[in-house]
Amino acid sequence: MTDTQYDRAPGDASALPDVEQGTSSGVLVYTIGLALAVVLTAMSFWVANTSLLWAGGVSLGLTVLAIAQMGVHLVFFLHVTTGPDNTNNVMALAFGVLIVALVVVGSLLIMADLNDNMMPAAELMNLQMQH
Amino acid sequence: MNIAVAVDDEVRHEALPSASEAGPAAKRIVVGFGFWVFLLSDIVMFAAIFAAYAGLTHATAGGPSGVQLFNQRSVAIETGCLLASSYSCGLMSLAIGSRRYAVTYLAALITFVLGAAFLVLEVREFAGMIAIGAGPQRSAFLSAFFSLVGCHGLHVTAGLVWLVVMMAQVAIKGFRATVERRLLCFSLFWHALDIVWVWLFTVVYLMGVVS
Repeated sequence: MTDTQYDRAPGDASALPDVEQGTSSGVLVYTIGLALAVVLTAMSFWVANTSLLWAGGVSLGLTVLAIAQMGVHLVFFLHVTTGPDNTNNVMALAFGVLIVALVVVGSLLIMADLNDNMMPAAELMNLQMQH
Repeated sequence: MNIAVAVDDEVRHEALPSASEAGPAAKRIVVGFGFWVFLLSDIVMFAAIFAAYAGLTHATAGGPSGVQLFNQRSVAIETGCLLASSYSCGLMSLAIGSRRYAVTYLAALITFVLGAAFLVLEVREFAGMIAIGAGPQRSAFLSAFFSLVGCHGLHVTAGLVWLVVMMAQVAIKGFRATVERRLLCFSLFWHALDIVWVWLFTVVYLMGVVS
């Protein structure tokens, strides 16, 4: 009981003694991850090239597939779980995701807004002529 | 009601001591967590470059756009290489866990070859683009493209050098605790690069061809 460790290094398989994994089940975890990642990647390439889907929804679909594949990588390759031994890693990850979302969404919103409010060059010229 | 909750809490507390009661964490956990934080900060840097790229996608200044430049077949092969090398890197960390030298070297070799194949394809793509006058100085779009994809390529290069250094350390020092911790950090780095590449091929190559 005293040497039980309730923390886990990121990338480690479970450190809890009752869930201890052998090498064969470790290989299985990586293989499942690889299979899922291959399926999701193939779907991404198919979605980008097919004409079956509504063109306006393709970008959204690709984003969803990328988020799903990121989840697969985190769970099967980086072994990030929701277990109590993984709290610190998950908290750091959540903070990272928050900052990434702020940087990307914030930049895109501001740039789109600036583009919308930018007067076209021809109109700007016209305005100068009037004065 | 309150008492019941309190008792319940206490029982759960005894069954599973919190992390702070288990004493200071092992060095392996501290090192891994520190590297995890570094990786997340690295990903925040990538997010900033991604945001710059997304803002500049249409700033082609009359030059070629992504639809004309990107070759999806070579991107698919690059993606396959990186994904397979991530898998063999995972098998390598399993071999390290069970102290098997031969499997470790073999998995490291496969990881290295696949990573190098990825880099060769990327350099060929860059050289082809520069040869037709679509270098980073052509437009803001291409500057952002070369920064983003090139930054990921530099990370992969650094990862390959790191892998060679780690295999030399395994050969000379064996599976010492310090070497094992460095190998843990390497596999984290390699898997994180694959996550960045997932976003890269989605945002740059696939969305670039769609729009």
